[in-house]
Amino acid sequence: MKALSQRRRHPLAAFALLLMALLVTGGIYAAASTANEAQAQTTTFTADDVEEGSKLFSANCASCHGMGATGSDAAPSLVGVGAASVDFQVGTGRMPMQMDGPQAQAKPVQFTDEQIRQMAAYVASLGAGPAIPSEEILDASAGDASKGGELFRVNCAMCHNAAAAGGALTGGKFAPSIDGTSEQHIYEAMVTGPQNMPVFSDANIAPEDKQDIIAFLKTIEEQGSPGGAELGSLGPVSEGLFIWVAGLGVVIAFTVWLTSRSS
Amino acid sequence: MSSSTATQTYVPKTRVGKVTDYVDSRVGGSGIVKEFGRKIFPDHWTFMFGEVALYTFVILLISGTFLTFFYDPSMAETHYEGSYLPLRGVEMSVAYASSLDISFDIRGGLFMRQIHHWAALLFAASVAVHMLRVFFTGAFRRPREFNWVVGCVLLILSLAAGFTGYSLPDDLLSGNGLRIIDGVMKAIPVVGTYLSFFLFGGEFPGTMIIGRLYVLHILLIPAVILLLIGIHLFMVVLHKHTQFAGPGRTNTNVVGYPVGPVYAAKAGGFFFIVFGVLAAIAAAFTINPIWNYGPYDPSPVSAGTQPDWYIGWVDGALRLMPGTIGSNFDFEFMIPFPWGVNALSLNVLIPALVPATIVFALMFAWPWIEAWVTKDRREHHLLNRPRNAPTRTAIGVAGIVFYCVLWAAASSDLIATHFLVSLNDVTYWLRFLVIFGPILAFMATRRIALALQRKDREIALHGRETGRIVRLPHGEFIEVHEPVDDYKRYTLVSFDSPEVTVPKADADGKIGLLDKVHGRVSRFFFEDRVAPVTPKELSASHGDHHDEIAGAKDRESIASH
Repeated sequence: MKALSQRRRHPLAAFALLLMALLVTGGIYAAASTANEAQAQTTTFTADDVEEGSKLFSANCASCHGMGATGSDAAPSLVGVGAASVDFQVGTGRMPMQMDGPQAQAKPVQFTDEQIRQMAAYVASLGAGPAIPSEEILDASAGDASKGGELFRVNCAMCHNAAAAGGALTGGKFAPSIDGTSEQHIYEAMVTGPQNMPVFSDANIAPEDKQDIIAFLKTIEEQGSPGGAELGSLGPVSEGLFIWVAGLGVVIAFTVWLTSRSS
Repeated sequence: MSSSTATQTYVPKTRVGKVTDYVDSRVGGSGIVKEFGRKIFPDHWTFMFGEVALYTFVILLISGTFLTFFYDPSMAETHYEGSYLPLRGVEMSVAYASSLDISFDIRGGLFMRQIHHWAALLFAASVAVHMLRVFFTGAFRRPREFNWVVGCVLLILSLAAGFTGYSLPDDLLSGNGLRIIDGVMKAIPVVGTYLSFFLFGGEFPGTMIIGRLYVLHILLIPAVILLLIGIHLFMVVLHKHTQFAGPGRTNTNVVGYPVGPVYAAKAGGFFFIVFGVLAAIAAAFTINPIWNYGPYDPSPVSAGTQPDWYIGWVDGALRLMPGTIGSNFDFEFMIPFPWGVNALSLNVLIPALVPATIVFALMFAWPWIEAWVTKDRREHHLLNRPRNAPTRTAIGVAGIVFYCVLWAAASSDLIATHFLVSLNDVTYWLRFLVIFGPILAFMATRRIALALQRKDREIALHGRETGRIVRLPHGEFIEVHEPVDDYKRYTLVSFDSPEVTVPKADADGKIGLLDKVHGRVSRFFFEDRVAPVTPKELSASHGDHHDEIAGAKDRESIASH
């Protein structure tokens, strides 16, 4: 201790201290960011998959994303986006993009499951990123729907609506309805953050919590609407429109009928 | 007096007669029936919206009473243990838990909740439509000005009843609505914070507000509504109902059916029709699915968070208000007072209070504004057709457009997603329309009303165009006009059409400022005018048209031979 305190005014002491601080913060950051990374429940890809995927990529994606998926002015680099990203974007028909716009729209899927798997293999081979989630974590029946509901309301409902019916964002962008979306695509959307969606990493929402959210979404999807037709689950706007058009319309029809033989 | 002697001399023979007579001689029911049962009401479908409002209110009282049996307005914390799985074990207030219990664990509870909420929406809608009918037909004119004011108060109370009820389930949606109320109150300079703390019993949301809103919702507001409905109906009986002009329908009579038995039966039946329509809607369509929104928590706000339709326009105004103009000018001002600096948040106060103040002030004052413009102090029991009061109708439509633009703004997000347009563009367009929409609507409506008057004039003078083209022997083509019958013509020609009053100079040859203003406003109202058909014009036109048609018929018969 004495030796240390004696040398504290040494010309190099400040540098030593700085170096130590950098090492500590860097170390913590490295540890934290690996914790942040979506843990790969890896599906294994063969070299053939990567090879075939590379061909498909060159033929269908490279015109925008560039040869080697390094990106261009038209589209971002895909190095490090992971297999989950490809599976979501191509598997929901968002990619290849039909036209430029505020955001990629879902449309009929353009590739077979096999081709999507091969392209995912190719993109995954370019750099580490979120992998396609495993079957166990996608099992909605194993999740806790009420806990998932709480997480959904705090993290998702502000864009996707409390009943997952979707909502508007700025400048023509929007959060789509999640009704009918598969467990796998819901999970992948959370870990990759497609379009304007933020990434919900495993440090932010743990895989088990994601499973709970999926359980909640599947529960409300399957149970239907307890109170009758749900009018799009859009809240008071569709209710107001309904009472003005249908409710008041029917009442007016009756008033006309009641007074049709007037004096 | 004569009726009381009559009851004394009358000796009932049957058992029912004896019982009836026993009651009647003590409460005087026959006198009431005699007076009220012979009351005449005119018939027109637009006269029935007030009835719809009354019936929905009765339905609200019945279904609301059921709900009070099971609802608990406590904000104490609990964990839900009911049968709705996605909320099991979630921490929430007792109020929200009991609302969920009504929805899922009380037999018929969800149906009662839904019929109560649908009835509330229809109640406010029918009150609004009823008032529009009264406005556009001029039924607020003397002697009914005070009844119009009572109606305005009833409208505000129906909004208050709706809003306090909307908040009771203590779900996320209604909690966000309360948060906006809290924000608006806090934006009021100096006293805002005190007002908010007074209402919420401390910092928002506190543990008091649901209980307080409950008392307002089930006691105070319905009691005042009931009282005012009594006054409203009393004045209707006192003033008699208005009617549209027609042959035999004058300013001094009422043509229609008596209450007993015709209207008693019709109105009773209509109550059950309204009840039936609401029951069918409540059974088949979800309203306010509180289980979707989750318990109130001040942090999240879901997409698609809107108030019920009748509060929508205020929400829309808040959405349209820009926070800043450019990058330099914002609407927040710091005002130094002796006790410290107070913030004046005009970006909240302007949208929250100004449109509502303008609309309600004009609404309350309108009977007197119009009486001042027309200088008409006569009693009016005959209704205007909207086209025959072009400026009033145009002002009314401008008001509707103003309201509807703000109303649409409350659903700007859904307009954006459902019509695939940018939310920003929707906001810019609605900002433009909220200023210029009413002006354009005013001009267009007045032109349309005047054009319709001109068309009426045409029809009264020259009859209906039959579309039958006839060629005369000398080659001329004419279209045969069919004269309208006398009953129809009566409704086309019998209306008042005020003219511009020119300000008159006083003894000194001067015109007072108020008179000048009045002259200007009068010109604005009545300068553009289509004069009603005069008897002279009518008889003149009759002559040649009968000839024309008779002539045409002759020629037709010649041609067919």
